[in-house]
Amino acid sequence: MTIAVTKSRVEDKLYQNRYLVDPGRPHITVRPHEKPSANLLALTHVCPAKCYELNDKGQVEITPDGCMECGTCRILCETSGEIEWNYPRGGFGVLFKFG
Amino acid sequence: MIEEKFDAIVIGAGMSGNAAAYTMASHGLKVLQLERGEYPGSKNVQGAIMYANMLEKIIPDFRDDAPLERHLVEQRLWVMDDTSHTGIHYRSDDFNEAKPNRYTIIRAQFDKWFSRKVREAGATVLCETTVTELVRDAKDRVVGVRTDRAGGAIFADVVVLAEGVSGLLGPRAGLREIPKPQTVALAVKEMHFLPEEVIEQRFGLKGDEGCVIEAVGTTSRGMAGLGFLYTNKESISLGIGCLVSDFAAMMESPYVLLDALKNHPSIRPLIAGSEVKEYAAHLIPEGGYKAIPQLFGDGWVVVGDAAQLNNAVHREGSNLAMTSGRIAAEAIVKVKSRNGPMTKRNLALYKAMLDKSFVVKDLRKYKDMPALLHTNSSNFFTTYPRLMSQAAQNFMRVDGTPKIEKEKATTAAFIKARSRWGLVSDAVRLAFAWR
Ligand SMILES: Cc1cc2nc3c(=O)[nH]c(=O)nc-3n(C[C@H](O)[C@H](O)[C@H](O)COP(=O)(O)OP(=O)(O)OC[C@H]3O[C@@H](n4cnc5c(N)ncnc54)[C@H](O)[C@@H]3O)c2cc1C
Ligand code: SF4
Repeated sequence: MTIAVTKSRVEDKLYQNRYLVDPGRPHITVRPHEKPSANLLALTHVCPAKCYELNDKGQVEITPDGCMECGTCRILCETSGEIEWNYPRGGFGVLFKFG
Repeated sequence: MIEEKFDAIVIGAGMSGNAAAYTMASHGLKVLQLERGEYPGSKNVQGAIMYANMLEKIIPDFRDDAPLERHLVEQRLWVMDDTSHTGIHYRSDDFNEAKPNRYTIIRAQFDKWFSRKVREAGATVLCETTVTELVRDAKDRVVGVRTDRAGGAIFADVVVLAEGVSGLLGPRAGLREIPKPQTVALAVKEMHFLPEEVIEQRFGLKGDEGCVIEAVGTTSRGMAGLGFLYTNKESISLGIGCLVSDFAAMMESPYVLLDALKNHPSIRPLIAGSEVKEYAAHLIPEGGYKAIPQLFGDGWVVVGDAAQLNNAVHREGSNLAMTSGRIAAEAIVKVKSRNGPMTKRNLALYKAMLDKSFVVKDLRKYKDMPALLHTNSSNFFTTYPRLMSQAAQNFMRVDGTPKIEKEKATTAAFIKARSRWGLVSDAVRLAFAWR
């Protein structure tokens, strides 16, 4: 219950932001895995845009649409090879009006 | 895309990149600056306090047309527990001076202005262009860049990496490491809009005067972190940040922390009735002196947050970024003026000049602070704030308890929570790290 409430709140927050989504070109991908590592699992809480979620098989999935390109998931999971992290193409992604 | 060769290519149009591009272009160098955002500032986040002195050294008359919000006359440092805050306030009319010392700004607007100055100084600025790779020659010298636009490589004598804390190029080229979870903080921030008069009333301000609050304590739930509330002309920037390693270990969500801060009884009345228009997230380098990477090499220098030049203790970053950008540019101009090649040896001048500036001196002063806060965060951010609140409340409640008993109870509470040895050792370690 609390999770559902929190989630809708993050979506409300992201709704304020301006994005230019690059369809079909996700800039972050999660490598297929059986069981997520502690860091990968932590992303389901730590990502400020709640892009990471557990699927019903207990694996971590990403939907990077609301991503604010903060780089937190990269810091936690790029060196281990669990995710691949790039910037969106020039001009795409989040566009802060105030920053 | 562009055939000609440049004196310098600057990657990024944030604080450090703009300072570097402006300084080089105004000395007549042929500069290309590349920015991945739709406009400069569209990817950048700051609290944001801007320190005038460091910008003045680059653009002396910036006050004439830079988008500034309020100049600061009051600063509050709050130690929070769940229902209270104990604060130090400093307010002085001396800050109402002809050339104020610190301003709040809105980064997206400020960066656009700074970038216009860069263009006026003669640099070529290309936005919506992500640099994907550094180009090196057979001797491994950096000689240019490749971008995600059509066309081949673009060449220059020197590349200034002003790509920010999340920069991909330096680490991918093996010039520096990706920051570690314990050397970066994740901050989230919201923009709360309110009528100007309401902000002025709530904070006791007039005209362009501004007030800022920094908040430490149980608001970061035992993690090493800081909350902030900054007044802009007609908005309030409100945010909180903690170390990424702490977030991961505690499995905390930054938006949960932010919402709790908004609902704190000391903060809530200050933002009541506001309209939120943006939610942003960004990393802040917190590794300090010990995390500074190699700053220069054959054909390249790195400046600003990308080089971890950020003073987390004083939450100064933009001024270190501007200063390192300016100094790197001045070093490049010097090498160029004596027709020197942009070799590692010649570019060492940048580090020599930076070492003499406040940037490196300040970071060196606090070199042990990051480790102390990292290993001791639950005491500094939860135990002590709670104890301070209890002590203050115990002192202020008048209930017929003799004062001597109150004092004893306060001392006992501190010792119970941390032991005498723990208290002494925390104090000594803090004093040494601060020294
Ligand atoms: C929440 C928060 C509050 C802060 N508060 C303060 C404060 O009050 N006062 C203060 O002084 N500092 C503060 N800071 C720190 C300050 O924001 C930074 O120190 C400063 O922005 C660093 O400037 P920079 O130029 O090094 O990096 P950035 O400003 O991050 O700029 C990097 C630029 O490079 C671009 N870029 C990156 N990679 C590429 C690429 N491959 N191709 C093209 N472009 C690229 C980015 O889009 C970006 O524009 C705060 C930071 C945060 C996150
Ligand atoms: S970069 Fe930040 S916002 Fe984007 S998916 Fe990673 S953690 Fe989430």
